[in-house]
Amino acid sequence: MKSKSSAKSAPKRVALVGNPNAGKTTLFNSLTGSKQKIANYPGVTVEQVSAFIEQDGVRAEFIDVPGLYSLDAVSEDEAVAVSVIHDKSIDLIVCVIDGSNLERNLFIYTQICALGRPIMVALTMVDRVEAKGEKLDVEKLSKFLGCKVIPLVGHKEKGIAALRTAIFAELANPTISGPVIDRTEAILPLKDRLNRMGFDLSVEELKAKIQEGEPAFEHYFDQFPELRPDFLLAKEGLERHLDPSARYHWTSKVQKEVISQIKKPRRAVTVTDKLDLILTHRVFGLGIFVLVMYLVFLCIYTFSKPAMDLIQNGFNSLGGVLGNLLQGAPVLRSLVVDGIVGGIGSVLVFLPQILVLFFCIALLEGTGYLARAAFLMDRLLGWCGLNGRAFIPLLSSFACAIPGIMAARVMPDQKSRLATILVAPLMSCSARLPVYMLLIGAFIEPQFGPFWAGFTLFAMHFLGFGLAIPVVFFINKKILKGKRLPFLLELPPYQLPKWKDIFIAMFTRGKVFVTTAGTTILVMSVIIWAAGYFPRYNIPAGTPPEVAAEIQLEHSVLGTFGKGIEPVFRPLGFDWRISTAILSAFPARETVVPSLGILFSLGKDDKKLDEKLSKKLIDAKWPDNKPLFTPWTAVGLMVFFALCAQCFSTLATVRRETNSRKWPWVMFIYMTVFAYVGALIVHLIAMLFGAS
Amino acid sequence: MTTIGFGELKKGMRAKIAETPEPKDQVLRLYEMGLVPGTEFKVVKIAPLGDPIEIDLRGYRLCLRKQEMAGFEVEILG
Repeated sequence: MKSKSSAKSAPKRVALVGNPNAGKTTLFNSLTGSKQKIANYPGVTVEQVSAFIEQDGVRAEFIDVPGLYSLDAVSEDEAVAVSVIHDKSIDLIVCVIDGSNLERNLFIYTQICALGRPIMVALTMVDRVEAKGEKLDVEKLSKFLGCKVIPLVGHKEKGIAALRTAIFAELANPTISGPVIDRTEAILPLKDRLNRMGFDLSVEELKAKIQEGEPAFEHYFDQFPELRPDFLLAKEGLERHLDPSARYHWTSKVQKEVISQIKKPRRAVTVTDKLDLILTHRVFGLGIFVLVMYLVFLCIYTFSKPAMDLIQNGFNSLGGVLGNLLQGAPVLRSLVVDGIVGGIGSVLVFLPQILVLFFCIALLEGTGYLARAAFLMDRLLGWCGLNGRAFIPLLSSFACAIPGIMAARVMPDQKSRLATILVAPLMSCSARLPVYMLLIGAFIEPQFGPFWAGFTLFAMHFLGFGLAIPVVFFINKKILKGKRLPFLLELPPYQLPKWKDIFIAMFTRGKVFVTTAGTTILVMSVIIWAAGYFPRYNIPAGTPPEVAAEIQLEHSVLGTFGKGIEPVFRPLGFDWRISTAILSAFPARETVVPSLGILFSLGKDDKKLDEKLSKKLIDAKWPDNKPLFTPWTAVGLMVFFALCAQCFSTLATVRRETNSRKWPWVMFIYMTVFAYVGALIVHLIAMLFGAS
Repeated sequence: MTTIGFGELKKGMRAKIAETPEPKDQVLRLYEMGLVPGTEFKVVKIAPLGDPIEIDLRGYRLCLRKQEMAGFEVEILG
């Protein structure tokens, strides 16, 4: 009895499989709502999205398998998706097929059905078929496919409920699929070609000959070498895979049989054609693209600012309240206020940008515009090994690399995605701006005027971008070797945004960031807090608090390390104070200004910190009384900040998004080397020109 | 029958795939997208920067880079 009840409660597993753009994710979202959980497949960057549904006492796990065009996987990402389909623990495969694009969508069905697994078909986009004035004979299609076909028609919710019921009915009483194509069809292309060359062989004769193998064809190949590919396909088709030609032969036959034109299309020229006329136009198209990208950037850069300030201020006041409560326990107080509350704040502060960017991406992707943008930009980014879709992650990274890196998901190809992730932090993010402003304000603008101040600011933003191009080129040529798939960009018909899909995409991304990257960031922020807080130094009573903070930091683990590492930074023209500020900024570069504040005895919360700090920096001296900062030192320090991977949150995000420990290290090392060498070059140039 | 390379196609042309490289790896994937010998298609548009090329085949729209279609010979139908 007991074993029976446990068998009953073991959840069934349902896999949703289909082409990209077949409406699979929309369907998954409608079926499962927002109860989705995301996990990484081991070793690759592909995510598995799944959710549990219960109906009539049966519990089933629904798995959204990443979109696939074929089961003969070539890339690593696809291999993972294919392995889910082959997984014997899957109780039902639901093939999601776009009814308005049957011929190509059925291709993968011809492969899946041959596996002999429980299968059914969910037919999407039926409204598009009707808009074309066509009728799709569902019963006939079901006969061809040998399984149940559920069209998603009529009222949206009703269609989904019908599908859900059908899925649970199939789970109880599954239809096992079988191959739809006779394997002999695999040799028909070869037979045709031989025919045209004047050799008339029957199917049986040819089959026997193919089984004999290549020697039996040598004399044909000598005469007609172009026969070889057809022979290889026919041989493979008989033995293992079917020739794609044979599969398409079948799908196009089915398409002709089940679809009939019953009336004139609702529109002679489709909306998509009309929109494409403008949106991919060589002048208007590019203009609109620039405008759209500007809007996206404006959204992340400006519109998320109030929410970020709110979070920052909220956590500051929370820190203040907790600080008052813990007045009696200074160590605990500092741990809670500076370490934990500060750490959680520094995780959550990224959320507005992530949510806003993923709102924009889901909107652009869902409506079909993203594919057009990629079409326009592909030439520009394609030559160095990226593709048109890299535009969004790279642009976003100018606001913040974290949403930028997460946005690299828009690229289906793993290699382009990795290359984009690795260069994203070279784009000058908004957290670098305060450093530029401080140093330009102190050393460039007063001496050289506003033109050079503006020029320096521009140069710092361009530097990382300019370096990113050769880096991507190198990464693609030397590091990410191996097979590269052709860049296949489908331009689906435009559609209205589906708000439910957009909000689910936003919130799952936000959740993934907070729960995975967020925890690592929090731990690091506590460690860095401890390094600056311990060991405690005995400060004589009566010392002003700003000076006391400076002395404490100087004698902490961080300060000791900063002093110890000074010789490393000396060739760049940096003293121990700058070294310590750089070290303290490794977890998050925006902390450098407050750190400099402490190191130059101003404290970190001074209201006019920038103004006072720039005075302090101008007056700062080396022990031999030479000024610490020349304009060149300032430029060197800016170059260092422009190129260095001083952002632990970025590295934690890379760890999560690449699902590997290797890539964050690669990023950290190459960027640190760039930063060091860049600043060194600036210093050498300065010495060449007499450091003036 | 005269054929031209895929990259030489112009906007609005209708064409048919005549010859292809051996269908493995990259080319196999193109086959799987429906670009098998004998397939008819129409050139919808060429991207403003000259590449990729958008074609209409088997009832859907696909963009292809000229370089990745190297070796595909097509027969012009009109």
